[in-house]
Amino acid sequence: MSLLSLISPRNLRLALLSLGALVFLAPYIWMLSTAAKSREEIFSSSLSLWPHHWALWENLGKAFSRVPMLQLLFNGVFVCALIFFVQVVIAIPCAYAMAKLKFRAAQTMMTLVMLGLLVPIHATALPIYVALNKTGMLNSYFALSAPFFISVFGIFLFLQFFRAMPDDLISAARLDGMSEAAIVSRVIVPNAWPAVTAFAIFSVVAHWNDLFWPLIVVTSTERATPPLGLLFFRAAEAGDDYGALMAATLVVTLPLVAAFLAAQRRFIEGITLTGLKG
Amino acid sequence: MSEIAAVITGPSGQSPARQAAARAAKREERVAWQLAAPAIMLILLLVLLPTLAVFVFSLTNYELGYDDFQFIGFENYAELFGDRTFLISLKNTTLYTAIVAPLSVLIGLGVALLIESETRGRAFFRTAYFLPVASLLVAMATVFQYLLHPTIGPVNAILSMLGIAGPNWLGSSSTVLISLAIIGVWQSVGFNMVLFLAGLTAIPRELYAAAQVDGAKSSWERFRLVTWPMLGPTTLFVTTISIINAVKVFETVKTLTEGGPNKSSEVLLWTIYQEGFVYLRVGYASAMTVIFLAVLIVLMILQYRVVDRKVHYA
Repeated sequence: MSLLSLISPRNLRLALLSLGALVFLAPYIWMLSTAAKSREEIFSSSLSLWPHHWALWENLGKAFSRVPMLQLLFNGVFVCALIFFVQVVIAIPCAYAMAKLKFRAAQTMMTLVMLGLLVPIHATALPIYVALNKTGMLNSYFALSAPFFISVFGIFLFLQFFRAMPDDLISAARLDGMSEAAIVSRVIVPNAWPAVTAFAIFSVVAHWNDLFWPLIVVTSTERATPPLGLLFFRAAEAGDDYGALMAATLVVTLPLVAAFLAAQRRFIEGITLTGLKG
Repeated sequence: MSEIAAVITGPSGQSPARQAAARAAKREERVAWQLAAPAIMLILLLVLLPTLAVFVFSLTNYELGYDDFQFIGFENYAELFGDRTFLISLKNTTLYTAIVAPLSVLIGLGVALLIESETRGRAFFRTAYFLPVASLLVAMATVFQYLLHPTIGPVNAILSMLGIAGPNWLGSSSTVLISLAIIGVWQSVGFNMVLFLAGLTAIPRELYAAAQVDGAKSSWERFRLVTWPMLGPTTLFVTTISIINAVKVFETVKTLTEGGPNKSSEVLLWTIYQEGFVYLRVGYASAMTVIFLAVLIVLMILQYRVVDRKVHYA
């Protein structure tokens, strides 16, 4: 095989994709490599990826001892779970009423939802902050989660999903004498599972990664979420102990990345839902 | 239910069956209200009321910590357009968006086309390019801080091997916005790629065959005649989202530069954050927020307009 025959369009495509993938993955490669290097090595040879002297445990130890890393992770999980739970409990009954019941206000509700989709948290943050400040509720789990208790996007998503559900299912349940509330919890929710998981991924990714709102309402490490905690950690370390910093980075990035690698298709579906939100 | 009643009694009779149907409809309406009530209340409380409050605040000189405030009309807005920081902030946000949005759309499209036409390693490539979307941006920004470090960073180490003296990426006012834009592109390409991949699979194969029969021989011709026009709605959609997300840049700025050096990475949300939540000038920051919201709404309206006019194939 001559060298020229290697340069086919197919191989060129593959080479281009591989090069791009390498560029996109480079930050992860260096994150792992730097998290395992000692301080001296980071300052002397930044291009050798394999550490001479393994310092991963040492760096992880620093990350866990200088900030309450477990507390941060717990805060992140707790706040995301709370937000998601309330969002679903509020949005599903509302979407059901709009999609499947004779509800004269459904049209007005739709307008409300569309308006709500236009307004990001950045626009409502100031008044909500003022209200939380006046009532002395800053620095709490409630302050972290309350603005997100309503997800107009969730209503919109479930509405689309419920509209496609067959009416027979609901009529049959009614003939069995089920109340509307029971229909929602025992017929609608079990059948809406794909929409619920997609929304779960959408919601958790958005709030696990959010920095804007936690930065505004939380000033103490006890209630900080992982992104905020990482900023505190960096400030405390004066930002130049890159080994420990990368170890901390690794710890806070890993949960979602691991979940993503385990359930890729669902993740891609769930995150691209943000597209609909526009 | 009401259809059955109508069949039994005819359209105008007020028979007991019809009354029962009316009662059932009324009951259903009441249940609907009950089910929707919590959502309605929360939308009012957490979305509409705060949005209104921002408008009202923007007409006052309210500062947190001082209890009395006056209505000052449009003075805040007048002040905004003489405020150097705000104007720099607008300019930087526009510049950042002008770099990030087109690049992330084009690279996203390019990667999607390459993956679509390549059978080897599809799943791997999709994962690799999408990984940044699923990663914690604040965390990855600190990784970039290390990568772009002027003295110990690998990027400048590679450049110096090639004999180029690398710039002080995030530390110099001439390169900081570009550095942030690189991170922004890196983070958003995967998202656009996935939307384009979905758009590509929706194009019927027969169209390509038909184009070939009509003499579209090269793959460029097929792209120009089939793929590009058929992707129109997707492209418009992806472009709008990319612009909106770029206008909302905040995380990387807060993590890496805090608007510096010398305000050269001052962007809209960062300026609002500083004025409103650090200096606590609620009234003034509200006026900025109104401008920010207006920008988003104009972008949305533009998108709807274009959708209505251009990109319909039905």
